[in-house]
Amino acid sequence: MGVEGIGARVVRKEDRRFITGQGRYVDDVKMVGMSYAHFIRSPHAHAKVKGIDSTEAMKMPGVIAVLTGQQIVDDKVGNLICGWAITSKDGSPMKMGAWPAMAPETVRFVGQAVAVVIAETKNQAKDAAEAVVVDYEELPAAADIKAAIKPGAPQLHPEAPGNIVYDWHLGDEAAVKDAFSKAANVVTLDLTNNRLVPNAMEPRAAVAHYDQAEEHYTLYTTSQNPHVARLVLSAFYNIAPEHKLRVIAPDVGGGFGSKIYIYPEEMVALWASKKVGRPVKWTGDRSEAFLTDAHGRDHVSKAEMALDKDNKILGLRVKTHANFGAYMSLFSSAVPTYLYATLLSGQYVIPAIYAEVIGVYTNTTPVDAYRGAGRPEASYLIERMMETAARQLKVDPAELRKANFITAFPYQTPVIMAYDIGDFHASIDAAMKAIDYAGFPARKAKAKADGKLRGIGLSCYIEACGIAPSKAVGSLGAGVGLWESAEIRVNPVGTIEVLTGSHSHGQGHETTFCQIIAERLGVPISQVSIVHGDTDKVQFGMGTYGSRSLAVGGTAIVKAMEKVEAKAKKIAAHALEASESDIVIENGEFKVTGTDKSIALPMVALAAYTAHNLPDGMEPGLKETAFYDPTNFTFPAGAYICELEVDPGTGKTSFVNFVAADDFGRLINPMIVEGQVHGGLAQGIGQALLEGAVYDNTGQLVTASFMDYTMPRADDLPSFQLSHTTTLCPGNPLGVKGCGEAGAIGASAAVINAITDAIGNNKLEMPATPDRVWHAIHG
Amino acid sequence: MYETNYHRASSVADAAATFAKGAESKFLAGGQTLLPVMKQRLAAPSDVIDLSKVQEMIGIEVSGDTVTIKAATPHYDVAQSDAVKKAIPALANLASGIGDPAVRYRGTIGGSLANNDPAADYPAAVLALGAVVKTNKRSIAAEDFFKGLFSTALEDGEIITAVSFPVPAKAGYAKFPNPASRFALTGVFVAKTKSGDVRVAATGASQSGVMRVAPIEQALKANWAASALDSVTIPASGLLADIHGSADYRANLVKVMGQRAVTAAG
Ligand SMILES: Cc1cc2nc3c(=O)[nH]c(=O)nc-3n(C[C@H](O)[C@H](O)[C@H](O)COP(=O)(O)OP(=O)(O)OC[C@H]3O[C@@H](n4cnc5c(N)ncnc54)[C@H](O)[C@@H]3O)c2cc1C
Repeated sequence: MGVEGIGARVVRKEDRRFITGQGRYVDDVKMVGMSYAHFIRSPHAHAKVKGIDSTEAMKMPGVIAVLTGQQIVDDKVGNLICGWAITSKDGSPMKMGAWPAMAPETVRFVGQAVAVVIAETKNQAKDAAEAVVVDYEELPAAADIKAAIKPGAPQLHPEAPGNIVYDWHLGDEAAVKDAFSKAANVVTLDLTNNRLVPNAMEPRAAVAHYDQAEEHYTLYTTSQNPHVARLVLSAFYNIAPEHKLRVIAPDVGGGFGSKIYIYPEEMVALWASKKVGRPVKWTGDRSEAFLTDAHGRDHVSKAEMALDKDNKILGLRVKTHANFGAYMSLFSSAVPTYLYATLLSGQYVIPAIYAEVIGVYTNTTPVDAYRGAGRPEASYLIERMMETAARQLKVDPAELRKANFITAFPYQTPVIMAYDIGDFHASIDAAMKAIDYAGFPARKAKAKADGKLRGIGLSCYIEACGIAPSKAVGSLGAGVGLWESAEIRVNPVGTIEVLTGSHSHGQGHETTFCQIIAERLGVPISQVSIVHGDTDKVQFGMGTYGSRSLAVGGTAIVKAMEKVEAKAKKIAAHALEASESDIVIENGEFKVTGTDKSIALPMVALAAYTAHNLPDGMEPGLKETAFYDPTNFTFPAGAYICELEVDPGTGKTSFVNFVAADDFGRLINPMIVEGQVHGGLAQGIGQALLEGAVYDNTGQLVTASFMDYTMPRADDLPSFQLSHTTTLCPGNPLGVKGCGEAGAIGASAAVINAITDAIGNNKLEMPATPDRVWHAIHG
Repeated sequence: MYETNYHRASSVADAAATFAKGAESKFLAGGQTLLPVMKQRLAAPSDVIDLSKVQEMIGIEVSGDTVTIKAATPHYDVAQSDAVKKAIPALANLASGIGDPAVRYRGTIGGSLANNDPAADYPAAVLALGAVVKTNKRSIAAEDFFKGLFSTALEDGEIITAVSFPVPAKAGYAKFPNPASRFALTGVFVAKTKSGDVRVAATGASQSGVMRVAPIEQALKANWAASALDSVTIPASGLLADIHGSADYRANLVKVMGQRAVTAAG
């Protein structure tokens, strides 16, 4: 490992600009003649739009246009799409209602846009929006799963009778039935996986420009995947053909999944920029983020586990209702199915699994992938089941887990996934040692003497990252491929540009990806730039989500680098009059092995571009592209243990310790990995203790601001003790697995298991607020 | 935010006169409540009269058995004041727990009392200590000042100039913060006056704003000790209930925070 190579704790290159306020975000973009959009949003969860009168608004100062949902339909702008087709048990395709970018007839959640005002200033647009009169006829609303599926419930979409999008299943129902018939013990649990609001620090924004002369559009937007945005905007929304649409996602302040999707506001900004003949800017505020960014999770499940007399798991049966909100967002359909039920085996040998998932429409904000996406829900379910089983069977929860761990790899689960590698004993042992598991009973007794209820909780998670291969996901209904591309340009003087289809919005790619190059070519990372986020610069890419950037995007870089290296070696061998097979790379020099003959990378690059002395038939230049499609998912796994105390007087939880032992394969930059784990844990703990989107029964979002939605703050969190156990991923040359979501996937079960251990009552839902915990203690 | 006319007042008299001229005037102190409301377009004052630079409204004075905090004094100054820490440590402690550092640098005691948020901290201290709210027109006893949620005895255009707190024999404040807003989900201020009376006020708990807590006062009068509250039950009726705390949970908090306040008071 070099000082800046693989494994080095290199300080992030991008932080200088972020910390000094020099990042360039969408809202920083200014264009000549720019106008401002302000959306008029429904205050009702369900209503008919009887009419929109903008006469007065149009007379107000600075108003350029008031555009409505009907106009967008008249202009044949496509409806929003859901990109993953799921088939129900009975073979029928999922039942989707139409989602126009602005509602022409019916609004189905509070915050849905019905019209937009374009004006010279933001304030003028807001003033005029207040003068637009929208005539609503209120309809009864179904604000949660229970209300939506009961007989006689208000119907959201005529296409989806009973508000059911699909009734899907996975696994072998008969085998599970058989397992339960042989069970010595059966454990059951009802669980709710609470709805979360992503709350990226930067709200969504768009700046759209239509160039009449070229008939060309440019869109600056807060996206995790600008190429996917361009593809969808052109192929499905008919805004412009791909070569007439440039999408730029500059610095983006966090996404957590919520910026994967192409939202109505971006579409409307593009469409409006042509209609009004002016660049249009829209910057969402925090209230709009609460109401319109896709929410996460929101499952209600029943789980049953069958065990034999030796406490080996025989089978698992799960029935889950998943709330999709009012419309099917871009990847929503896949989240509670192929990203959830496929992970229900956890780290355990479970011979038979059967999962049913019913997708439900409600009059709430659409729900889609949010950090972890399906895997936190699966992990929470299986890990609470393990703890519940251990308590019911009166065995140590760590021992029950160990007795059921998968130990031989590759391992084919009964729910599609084939785990390539792992060492679950290593991670649980590391975590137990770090927290002094054996010493817990003594600590608990001491806490009791101080009037505190102390608990310990485990969570052994596994997840699937770098969702792939494209062919397999295609066969499961995905509308896209899930490969990644990279282009490496070695410039004539030896500096390097890496163009990647991954997108960095906090992950540190500008550092980590450079380290891969530095390791291989021995150049300092200051000589390397990472170029991303612009469809005019980068050939194509699938973007960043699902912890895929390093395992898939990083591997594409390695593949492109192999090609660069092969060509550079040929040039070096030719210049040094040596055999190509004798050339080795050391500290940026191409050397003839066993001699003192060498040529530095810049000279090789220069030779490639001057083309004065290249091997016969070789093309000039030193630039290579690779498209990489993995052969399997990667499977990060680990063990988290949480120790905490509950104040019986108030129900307040205080952390004593939180240890995480993760297996992410090879670490490129351990410091960045730790940052990712810290952030993930904060979100997982946030879900367990603090965060929860609450709607009232009329469909109003009660937690629509930080006054009521509890975002985790530093003092809500413990100091984390992190460690790593490593099995190298056999599926990619770097041996990497992905680390972006682990914390959010594994943490919540550890916290709830610890609280329920402390209070001696397993009936506790997330977020475990002091009020809920106090009631769980005192009845 | 809607357009508004901004005035920086030079004195209390100037502020009152400017206020009278505006069609719909509002005083501005720390702006920690008013400005967010204006930004959300939920308030549209024609004129905003800034009190935060009025010198006669800033500062802390201790004389004899009275601590006087002038109305535009920010929370941070109260929390840091050696004089307050010495005379009524519970008051400095209360101020140090309001919001976050940015809020404490800007927010003022006058603004907090005029706003009378049912979950604000200062009202508990004012009521439990039996403070007097001084305005440009009169002096108002704590009992007469608070009139339920977000409502006070202040008349239109009346300016709080200072608050005078009698120094107690003992006092303590315990706050259980709302997990999201960090205002008081329930906060209890207990005070034993120099004449031996006991006054207890709870904020964040009641549907009608800050309130005296008679059962706790009686128990503490008999025996100034946390354990004296063990057998006290606080009725849940009339208490606030929301996603952060049901009424029975708040009732429990009134008691538990009461006990912790007594322990803090010593
Ligand atoms: C993030 C955040 C967290 C907070 N947390 C807490 C908390 O934990 N506990 C708590 O108690 N408070 C909390 N607050 C509120 C804070 O204490 C404010 O300072 C207080 O509510 C208002 O004081 P201000 O000086 O900012 O008043 P402003 O916002 O300027 O004014 C508030 C109202 O009072 C009127 N007013 C102001 N001064 C006077 C005066 N001298 N005479 C007559 N009327 C006047 C104004 O006209 C206005 O109607 C929080 C606020 C924020 C933004």
